[in-house]
Amino acid sequence: MLVQGIKSRPEYKGLDIDPHAKRHLFVLEGEGAQALIDEVGAKGRDFLAKSEILYLAAGAAPKAYDVTLSALSPDVFWQASTLQPLLFRLRACLEQARMGTRLSIAGTEGFIGQIMQVAIEYGIDYHSIHTEHRGSMARRVQCVHCKGITDNVTTSPFPCSHCGLPLLVRDHYSRRLGAFQGVNIDAEEPGTAPEPEEMFP
Amino acid sequence: MSLNTDMPVRVAAVTQVTDLVKRFRFERLDGHPMPFFSGGAHVVVSMNDNGLLRRNPYSLMSNPDDNSAYEISVLRVPNSRGGSIFMHEQVRPGDQLTVSQPVNLFAPDHRGRKHILIAGGIGITPFIAMMEQFSRDNIAFELHYAIRSRSHGAYWQQLLDRYGPRRIKIYVDEEKTFIPVAEIADNQPLGTHLYVCGPAGMIDGVLMTGLKAGWPKENLHSERFLAPPAGLPFQVFLERSNIHMTVGEHQSILEAAEAHGCDAPYMCRGGACGQCETEVLSCDGTLQHNDIYLSDEEKASGKKVMICVSRFKGQQLVLQL
Ligand code: FES
Repeated sequence: MLVQGIKSRPEYKGLDIDPHAKRHLFVLEGEGAQALIDEVGAKGRDFLAKSEILYLAAGAAPKAYDVTLSALSPDVFWQASTLQPLLFRLRACLEQARMGTRLSIAGTEGFIGQIMQVAIEYGIDYHSIHTEHRGSMARRVQCVHCKGITDNVTTSPFPCSHCGLPLLVRDHYSRRLGAFQGVNIDAEEPGTAPEPEEMFP
Repeated sequence: MSLNTDMPVRVAAVTQVTDLVKRFRFERLDGHPMPFFSGGAHVVVSMNDNGLLRRNPYSLMSNPDDNSAYEISVLRVPNSRGGSIFMHEQVRPGDQLTVSQPVNLFAPDHRGRKHILIAGGIGITPFIAMMEQFSRDNIAFELHYAIRSRSHGAYWQQLLDRYGPRRIKIYVDEEKTFIPVAEIADNQPLGTHLYVCGPAGMIDGVLMTGLKAGWPKENLHSERFLAPPAGLPFQVFLERSNIHMTVGEHQSILEAAEAHGCDAPYMCRGGACGQCETEVLSCDGTLQHNDIYLSDEEKASGKKVMICVSRFKGQQLVLQL
């Protein structure tokens, strides 16, 4: 069960190199590495000399994308063990960056959302960020009741990991929170929630 | 918009700023305060030029915090359609005019971390109000202002005195100093927005330089009001109003419709905002799209026309109006 057709559902149009950019910042997670590798295949290697890659292997660690990415010999390749140090490094990069630097993000939806959240704080218009969704369809969902955020949600409804209410996942997305909204599905008659359905494998 | 919210005003003061620029101050006839506006906004001033209705958009340049009056500055354009000449030659303190509600099609992006304003000539006016707001809100900005000569340039000295030479840079054609747009675009912190207002060639040049420096189009802003171009007269039938009319050589379709008592919607009257978009029911000839609002595909489809600036060549045009 899913509520669709809501305008705020983000669209990920794919990586696209701006030929005029003076510098590229690629923030990649897991299978998102392949998005950049494909882009190099399509557009050539020229832009790599002015590129910085921040990579978080996450679930794709066994695939050793880090080896492939650093073999592309970008200007800077940097790998994080977890999300928190990656966000820390991202802030430092954006703080220093000048106009002419273009930001690209690839990975799961929850990851893209959290990177965008930081980018927006630095005055980057979200329309100008190139994004590509790769890897799992799992969503990051905020419970509209207790405000707790649950990562990697694959079913709808699902039990809120904070307050336990069964939540219906809606396409309603908050860019500010980098999360979809989950609404209690059996508020009128508690206990009547339908079985969770695998929606976002 | 042509909702009936226009405000009758009295001309409270007329100030000669330079040879060719006059400033006008408007107060409401009913004594009420003016609506607040935001920097970058314009109003449409309606003038009664000997029975001929003229409506021109002008940027508001007074302090957005001051709701006692609105101020605009008008450049006298000798070969224009007459609005600016009328303002310069006919309008005196005490006269009555009508101004529309303020509309902002050139608002600063408040998510920006720094704002660069690039003005040419009379294009300075929207920035005067914007800078008041930036300085009140402690937001970083700088102005690069190109003028023909120090005697022709309006307000440059006042702006320098008010904001200082670090934020205000003046470039003078006569002294062969020009805005180094490429250098400016080259070294700005991430999250900077750039705004340009001035002659069409300048706007195109600045936007192109920005894109070539790797700026995303979302950070580049411009305002241009096209004056409706003149052309051969043509016939239009307004279907809903059941009006057959001729659009004169120096008239736009919108102006002709207004002269026939048809109250069509508009905001900018310069082909930029999209408010006057009108459906074409049939078109026996060619549309001359002069706006910068419709996409190339929409123009090619011939299904819509922006009646404030576009013209027609052919037998008969039928509009849903
Ligand atoms: S009134 Fe703005 S495009 Fe015509």
